[in-house]
Amino acid sequence: MQPSKVRNFFKSALSSAVETLLVPLLAVITAVIVGGIVIAAVGGNPFFAYIGLIQGAFGSAKALSETAVWAVPYIFAGLAVSVAFKGGLFNIGAEGQLAFGAVIAALVGYGLPNWLGIDLPAIIHIPLAVGLGALAGALWAAIPGFLKAYMGGHEVINTIMMNYIALNMTSYLLNGPMRDPNPNNVSARTPEIAMSARILPLFEGLRIHWGFVLALLVAFLVWVVIWKTTVGFEIRTVGSNPDAAKFAGINVKRTIILSMAFSGLLAGLAGSIEVTALNYRHELGFSIGYGFDAIAIALLGKTHPLGVVIAAILFAAMRNGATRMQFLTQIPVDVISVIQALILLFVAADAIIRYIYRIKSRGERVVLTRGWGG
Amino acid sequence: MDWKRFGFIAIVIVGLFTVVVLVGSAVQKPILIIASMLATTITVATPLTLGALSGIFCERAGVVNIGIEGMMLSAAFFGWFGAIYMNTILNISPMPSLLIGVLCALLSGLLMALLHAVLSITFKVDQIIGGTIINILAIGITGFLNRQLFFEKSSIFGGNVPHAPGTLPTIHIPVREGIEAICGLFGNSEGCLTVAKAIGRVFDQQPIVISAILLVFITHIVLFKTRWGLRTRAVGEHPKAADTVGINVEKMRYINVLIGGLMAGLGGAYFTLESVPSFEPLMTNGRGFIALAAMIFGNWTPFGAWAASLVFGAAQALQINMQVYRDVIPAQWAILQNSYVVGLTPYILTMVILTGIIGKTIPPAADGQPYEK
Repeated sequence: MQPSKVRNFFKSALSSAVETLLVPLLAVITAVIVGGIVIAAVGGNPFFAYIGLIQGAFGSAKALSETAVWAVPYIFAGLAVSVAFKGGLFNIGAEGQLAFGAVIAALVGYGLPNWLGIDLPAIIHIPLAVGLGALAGALWAAIPGFLKAYMGGHEVINTIMMNYIALNMTSYLLNGPMRDPNPNNVSARTPEIAMSARILPLFEGLRIHWGFVLALLVAFLVWVVIWKTTVGFEIRTVGSNPDAAKFAGINVKRTIILSMAFSGLLAGLAGSIEVTALNYRHELGFSIGYGFDAIAIALLGKTHPLGVVIAAILFAAMRNGATRMQFLTQIPVDVISVIQALILLFVAADAIIRYIYRIKSRGERVVLTRGWGG
Repeated sequence: MDWKRFGFIAIVIVGLFTVVVLVGSAVQKPILIIASMLATTITVATPLTLGALSGIFCERAGVVNIGIEGMMLSAAFFGWFGAIYMNTILNISPMPSLLIGVLCALLSGLLMALLHAVLSITFKVDQIIGGTIINILAIGITGFLNRQLFFEKSSIFGGNVPHAPGTLPTIHIPVREGIEAICGLFGNSEGCLTVAKAIGRVFDQQPIVISAILLVFITHIVLFKTRWGLRTRAVGEHPKAADTVGINVEKMRYINVLIGGLMAGLGGAYFTLESVPSFEPLMTNGRGFIALAAMIFGNWTPFGAWAASLVFGAAQALQINMQVYRDVIPAQWAILQNSYVVGLTPYILTMVILTGIIGKTIPPAADGQPYEK
């Protein structure tokens, strides 16, 4: 290649990278500014609040470790929503898939050794708990996928309904058959999982665990599957143009179910890793909120695995830092939800950001979802 | 909305009622059980009916609105806050406070709808994403303000949840007295008086419940009998054609989305000003999405959506009544004692009726598509 061509290649690559990153970055900055106004409006000092937030998220080894711990389920769940978006599906049900995955992982974690009457080696027990948890999530998502493909039931409503069904089922199980029988237990939670099902921390004394490494690995694998394999190509084709996909001989119905199952698998992983690597049990209510956070992360990351990882770490930093912020400034941690909603608002409505900062549009419009008919 | 759909709805409702009558007849007269079920069904269907009407206004004009849940949640919060603020801080008596609360709820629904309209009509954002933003924003704002205003010592209420001014009063329509007067002509037989009591029970409802039913009729007339409705439908079916004959597509869509916001706002007011005098984070509990299912199953018509809302209302009434009759549930029906299992009925029903087993419904042709001239 001639030097000028190389230069041009890098120039165009750089300018496209800048363009891709510019709008999300400006969206985050704008949301932080508006969030600061909200904090000031309720009588807080936005500068102290944000300093507390940054200290709490990145200020020490422990803070960094906690941010990574928060990031793990966000990465998995964000990837889950992104994969569905690639397939032209809007999975609002990551929360339910996560909860169902966590229940099954916990069940395998504490129940299987008792049921079999033997101690399992960790090398078998961990993959079983994590794998079956992930499969449970896949199954939970495949149901709305099937209803979409064969019955025309819209996945937006059905995945939400599956969230409520999962929540009710989990309430039942954790208050009934799966409740921790320990007499000191007053909450709806399972017993602790066996030692052999636990994923270890990365470093002594910190909570950051191997799940973080796994999350990064899975993000890379998702990228490979979606962009480098036939299945991924089929998912993307069905997502961008189902009619064209049909004429190209792709089994659209099967691909829809597959996309949803793949998406649910990742959400289920989020749940089972939380159980096996962090909490060592499943407790009622821990899944609430992940579904909508995952959507925000997927959109902020432009549904690209690398973007999702970055967005997940940003969200994790905000959640983690919020506790210190509240300690320093008495601003409730819930303000983070407002800032995150604003980020999502400015990312999705990038027309607003382009309008404010006078950035020209590239003219292309990415179709993420379709109306009731599709 | 065809007769097959109404038939299906009737069968499901009768089925749900029958279960309750069979269980409850051990301790209560069947006619009173039916009346109580019917009254509860109509009551709890209210936010669904209003949510579905909100969806109908938006989608008939061509704007998909999955943000109804968020609109109702924010309206529930701000309506409650408005009423308490008037009552506690400004010392206004409960009744006017509640009415101002309803106005606050309507305003908050309107503002959320304005955001949705700006996003989806002016900025042409993907409408499903726009609706999701509304939902997330509502959860964030209500959660934050709820904590900040009612649980922080520095707030205007001093860190305590203040005493709420109660709920909107039941409007007594003297149906029972009327029938009892007729019973008097026939010697006040016990059966006749029971019927009077039962029917009277159904008619004793609160103002938002009654408004919702009236709005079903009004919406039908507006949509199908007025020039406004014709134009709204034209904009939702074929905006280009509507534009050609001089209808302002964007204006029509804006106004209809805002009307939808008012409907959702009233639906939100039901939660905190009429159903219970308190606010809890996430208290709308998916009603906004079930309302969408009702709208779809009702084929984007007010009566169809109302009928579908009543099915969900009946499913919820079943759950409530199973708590009442908990102790007399026969052993072979023990599953009905499990509130978690019974609690699944509305959600499973939603999924079942969306499968299209009763035939597919057809959305307005331009639903969800931004209009580009």
